[in-house]
Amino acid sequence: MYPSRFQYESPKTVAEAVALLDQGAGEAKLLAGGQSLVPMLKLRFASPAMLVDINGIEELRYHRFDSDGTLRIGALCRHEDLEKSDIIRQKQPTISAAAPLVADPIVRTRGTFVGSVCHADPQGDWAATMIALNGRIVAQGPKGRREIAMKDFVLGPFQTALEHNEIAIEAVIPAPQGVAVGGYIKLERRVGDFATASVAVALDVVGDKVVRAGIALGGVGSRTIDASDAAAALVGQPLTDATIAKAAELAAAAAEPRSDHRGSADYKRHIVATFVSRLLNQIHSSKEAA
Amino acid sequence: MALDEVKIGGMGASRLRVEDNRFIRGKGNYVDDIVLPGMLHMEILRSPVAHARIKSIDVSKAWEVPGVRLVLTGEMMAARNLAWMPTLSYDTQAVLATDKVRFQGQEVAAVIADDPYIARDACSKIVVEYEQLPVIVNPTQSMAPGAPLIRDDKEGQQTNKVFDWEIGDKEATDRAFEQADVVSKLELHYPRSHPSPMETEGSIADYDRATGKLTVFMTTQAPHIIRAAVALVAELPEHMIRVVSPDLGGGFGNKVPVYPGYVISILASILTERPVKWISDKSSNLISTHFARDVYLKGEMALRKDGKILGFRMHTTSDHGAFFSDAQPSKFKIGLLHSAFACYDIPNAHMVAEGFYTNKAPGGVAYRCSFRVTEGMFFQERMVQAAADDLGMDQAEFRRVNFVKDDDFPHRTPFGFLTDSGQYGKCLDVGLEAIDYKNFLKEKEEAAKRGKLLGIGISTMTEPLGAGNSREYDILGIKMFDSAELRVHMSGKAILRTGAKTQGQGHETTWAQIVAHELGIPADDIVVEEGDTDTAPFGMGTYASRSTPVAGAAVAMVSRKIRAKARKIAAHLLEVSEEDIEWELGRFYVRSNQERGVSIQECAMAAYSNVPDGMEPGLENTSYYDPPNLTWPFACYIATVEVDPETGVWDVLKFVAVDDCGVRINPMIVEGQIMGGLTEAYAAAAMQFITFDEAGNCIGSNYMDYLLPTAWETPGFELYEVVTPCPHHPIGAKGIGECATVGGPAAFVNAVLDALKGTGVRNIDMPLLPDRVYEAIKTGKDISGAPPVKVD
Repeated sequence: MYPSRFQYESPKTVAEAVALLDQGAGEAKLLAGGQSLVPMLKLRFASPAMLVDINGIEELRYHRFDSDGTLRIGALCRHEDLEKSDIIRQKQPTISAAAPLVADPIVRTRGTFVGSVCHADPQGDWAATMIALNGRIVAQGPKGRREIAMKDFVLGPFQTALEHNEIAIEAVIPAPQGVAVGGYIKLERRVGDFATASVAVALDVVGDKVVRAGIALGGVGSRTIDASDAAAALVGQPLTDATIAKAAELAAAAAEPRSDHRGSADYKRHIVATFVSRLLNQIHSSKEAA
Repeated sequence: MALDEVKIGGMGASRLRVEDNRFIRGKGNYVDDIVLPGMLHMEILRSPVAHARIKSIDVSKAWEVPGVRLVLTGEMMAARNLAWMPTLSYDTQAVLATDKVRFQGQEVAAVIADDPYIARDACSKIVVEYEQLPVIVNPTQSMAPGAPLIRDDKEGQQTNKVFDWEIGDKEATDRAFEQADVVSKLELHYPRSHPSPMETEGSIADYDRATGKLTVFMTTQAPHIIRAAVALVAELPEHMIRVVSPDLGGGFGNKVPVYPGYVISILASILTERPVKWISDKSSNLISTHFARDVYLKGEMALRKDGKILGFRMHTTSDHGAFFSDAQPSKFKIGLLHSAFACYDIPNAHMVAEGFYTNKAPGGVAYRCSFRVTEGMFFQERMVQAAADDLGMDQAEFRRVNFVKDDDFPHRTPFGFLTDSGQYGKCLDVGLEAIDYKNFLKEKEEAAKRGKLLGIGISTMTEPLGAGNSREYDILGIKMFDSAELRVHMSGKAILRTGAKTQGQGHETTWAQIVAHELGIPADDIVVEEGDTDTAPFGMGTYASRSTPVAGAAVAMVSRKIRAKARKIAAHLLEVSEEDIEWELGRFYVRSNQERGVSIQECAMAAYSNVPDGMEPGLENTSYYDPPNLTWPFACYIATVEVDPETGVWDVLKFVAVDDCGVRINPMIVEGQIMGGLTEAYAAAAMQFITFDEAGNCIGSNYMDYLLPTAWETPGFELYEVVTPCPHHPIGAKGIGECATVGGPAAFVNAVLDALKGTGVRNIDMPLLPDRVYEAIKTGKDISGAPPVKVD
């Protein structure tokens, strides 16, 4: 690969990294897993003057649950860490379902959860799970830390609310109100392909009632879509054929797909409805089985 | 005692690949690994537009970048008569554009600099002013009245037509159709694909002004042909040109042609008097080097009620891009596409082929196939299924009724090919048994209860592999033979060189096995070298599955020459007359006393130390082999698939492959070739295409758009073998490298369409992406053409 010339820095602390970004004055890019940035450098779609490589900041590689059930994912937590995590498998079904579907195994060993969210690709897997789970991003800049709700974090394709001198150091998934159930399905032409369409569902359930719901759609708009009407239709309700059908219909209506070589807009909308229905039925039948 | 052939790594031994010792350790030596003293680096500026007149090129800013040594444009090439070069199909191709650019990605200028970063930086400083012209992206547009003329550079070229060609007996075929009970029709498109070797194309040209010798390290499947072409283009004598093809990271036909970058790097080295390295990047490789397929086929079949095929008609419309540079050695304009239907006994046929220029990358390479047989065999097997369906006949039985029978060989096809041998019915039986054909309908009913559609698809075909024979095949007039040179050292170890060029096929392993088979020298004692025109005997290279049929035969023949000389030496050592000598693997012995013998190694030592009076010392020889015919392997591929009608997603439940490639030299390598080919067949059926928007922008210029399958989605394959030795090959072998790529796609597509039987859908063009399958199910209509680029 022959990228344009850049300065390379490898800070050992978050504060150093922030200082370097600040000094870069908008011309510096943060390098975590590099699975999106490096191809862009290679194609010279991105030509930053400086790369700030945070891989030396070891303390950012973690994922853990607080005692209240809040999940925290550090900026260097790799996709593979989540895929292989026992606690994620036990406690966070939406992330657990999505982790093995992110890109391909090679990318998963290196790419990071937070980096993927910051890349803000409308077809990204983690942005959809973050929206469905009502997650937040913790950003650290020269003036300290702030939290940004996921729905406010992504401004558009490849654009986030981060300032040029801020680092997203952690993703936060709030503790469930009751039992967390959920899932993730993606239609892709091949492992590692961008999603033709993907659906993330995350529900908090008490008894047979849904008390909180999140449904997010990937690949079917210029941003990850928060199908909030579909989710709202489930809150306060049990999962029945009727509520599932209603949610699927509303999710399809929320999609804003474009026709391209991955399929027509109608097809993608149909896939959204099919996947929402399949996920909710799957959740419903596994609850029945339990 | 005779040796155990498998133990010495002879024929039939699944010997581990010796080349893998270096490849899996990262010790391969590819063109890009080679660093020469004082070497400069070249980058090519390519056209961003598909059809435009070049109004001006300003390179002044590029010259200003520190570290730039040379900037080349078409005008500078033209001054040296190098702006255009001949193609292997007797057309011309632009090296660097002078008048117009004719496809997106065409070479416009080149920068030679101290390092590749600088070369890239400087390329971006070149300013080219284009005057855009109307763009043609398919043959329909090419042939439309008033279409802009793409090749206005060619004298006498009035239209965008490349050729008209026909073969067969039209009148006899018309009569067959008059007698038909049923006429079955089919029309389809075999989409454009790209061979896409992992290693892109590249070269290092090193012209030595002092000696006048030009050395070119190059990613080529055919180093001697390249030397001949360079001699023509650069007007240098052959002994002053050395072409070296080191380790190749795959070729698949993509590394047969001469690419403009090679020529530019050679001129750059001559002008700078320094070695110049050029390594193409992946996107450049995908958009500018030779693609494959892109043929519209239609045909019809005259059928008798009992299932007998009386005749067929075919028509092909092929898209050749901006320059007709199909890399193929036959005299036939459409390659060997007309070998379609060769495994069936069909008395009458007629075919018309038309080729067109478009504003797309040039090409039409034999991507893992014998010159367009892939398109022909795909059409054949899709047509056969359609015909069986139209007759209401079982698809396996329909094939069996029409197969050429085992005792009907050699068999002449209506287009003049002579098939050599086969047991087609037996292969089909093995396949049907393996897939459990009898119980398939029961499985289909059970799946229907789960809301899934099951289908079974068969593809049976024989294809002509191993170009050529010198009567019918040549490249630039050079006949399609091949060669082997064997030198046995006094210790009995040996070095073998051939005119072929391995690029993943495992020649270093299998050639030694042929020698081991013929001479009893353990395969581990034989080193194999290919690819250096200064040391290898003249040969035509590796493509079209020709290595084993041609160079492999030469290896057997040269080994036999060595054995003949060793026999004389043995007689001398054993003090008996040559007539009293017998051979068993690895040794000669006296007929009357088997205990009295000498090993081949002892003969080798004597060849240098104790030759009979009057005999030249040494034990080495060369053979040139001109095959009497192509070889005709047969394959039967059967797939079962499950289609999810709610999404159009289909999964392969089982895939069985029955291959008859004659005698197998190294069964493990043969199986690897079949698995690799089936993976590419699956890719074609399931996901691959390159399409163009109206402006001629290539959609498929990177691995995000052009999909290569991974181990994750590629189905498993069950392999079976039937062995019908090739009657005219010295060791009975036939080609195998390409059967699966050629015959595989139809098995997948037939299976999906079988699952859709009853919906009214007759055809879905590849790739069978889920949205296309869903659309077909939903509408009950055929899906034609490449996936559209319909961003709204």
